[in-house]
Amino acid sequence: MSENVSLVIVSHSPDVARGTADMVRQMVGDEVRVAHCGGNPDGGLGTDVQKILKAIDEAWSPGGVAILVDLGGAETNSEMAIELLPEERRKRVVLCNSPIVEGAIMAATEASCGASLAEVRASAEELAPR
Amino acid sequence: MPPDPKLLRSMIAATAQRIVDSADELTSLDQAIGDGDHGINMRRGCAEVLSQLDAIEAKPFGEALKAVGMALVMKVGGASGPLYGSLFIAMGKALGDRPPTLAMLPEMFAAGVDAVAARGKSTAGEKTMLDVLTPTLQTVQAGGPDLASRLRDTAARAALATIPMRATKGRAAFLGERSVGHMDPGARSSQIIVETLSSFLEERT
Repeated sequence: MSENVSLVIVSHSPDVARGTADMVRQMVGDEVRVAHCGGNPDGGLGTDVQKILKAIDEAWSPGGVAILVDLGGAETNSEMAIELLPEERRKRVVLCNSPIVEGAIMAATEASCGASLAEVRASAEELAPR
Repeated sequence: MPPDPKLLRSMIAATAQRIVDSADELTSLDQAIGDGDHGINMRRGCAEVLSQLDAIEAKPFGEALKAVGMALVMKVGGASGPLYGSLFIAMGKALGDRPPTLAMLPEMFAAGVDAVAARGKSTAGEKTMLDVLTPTLQTVQAGGPDLASRLRDTAARAALATIPMRATKGRAAFLGERSVGHMDPGARSSQIIVETLSSFLEERT
């Protein structure tokens, strides 16, 4: 496994998270590690800080981790998860402000070329609504 | 403010139970302008708090507040988890290991409200829980006699005042003008929390 930036996909829906991760894998194969999570602690639609922490751990790369989210709660819960990380990991994890599917594809493509965490985020955020 | 762990336990238990009992009301408010899960999410979080009461009671006051916050962060499953979680965690941090007194309430509550604003990247006037927490903080800071009943009035009026507001934060922001005419569910849950905690203040003063 390379030291490329890896991705974490966080959706309210476990199906959307899995589907987005599948699309990323089809684009970049195993050059970029991708973890995904979705659903609240009871399994319904929502997000779960513990699952996000686990996904970050699963995807961990020394190059850093870019998180892609869908709606508000996914963003707030991901920010909370980042704050709960050990300090040395916290600064190597960023949240991308972009549409989840398109942002993930852009980020993965950039990451597969060995781009830095800041470059990966910037390419995902080119798609952000202005 | 109670240094007595039994009183702390009953404050936390009563507040969490009020939220659990209000879950249907919160959900129907959220169905109007959000994604309809606020009641379900808050019920899940508060049920977790209730299940941890023994462990929470055994902690010093500041640590107990942080434990309440962390239970909400981990179990609510929506944006309100980190928002309410940050409120209680920041209040616990502000207190630190000092024994609590009523005189510390303004400082603690200010830290909590600041943490909610930072976590939500929001401010009062955007049809959120901050529209109840911010005026409540002002009443706490003003202090004076009959604090408990004035806190209840402030929170009730502030929750009602979210009805004509247009949401610019959270899921309700997608509705734009259509968010007008409904009470914000987060404002209502904040009002319930302030109301329940105020009744304990009343018993003390």
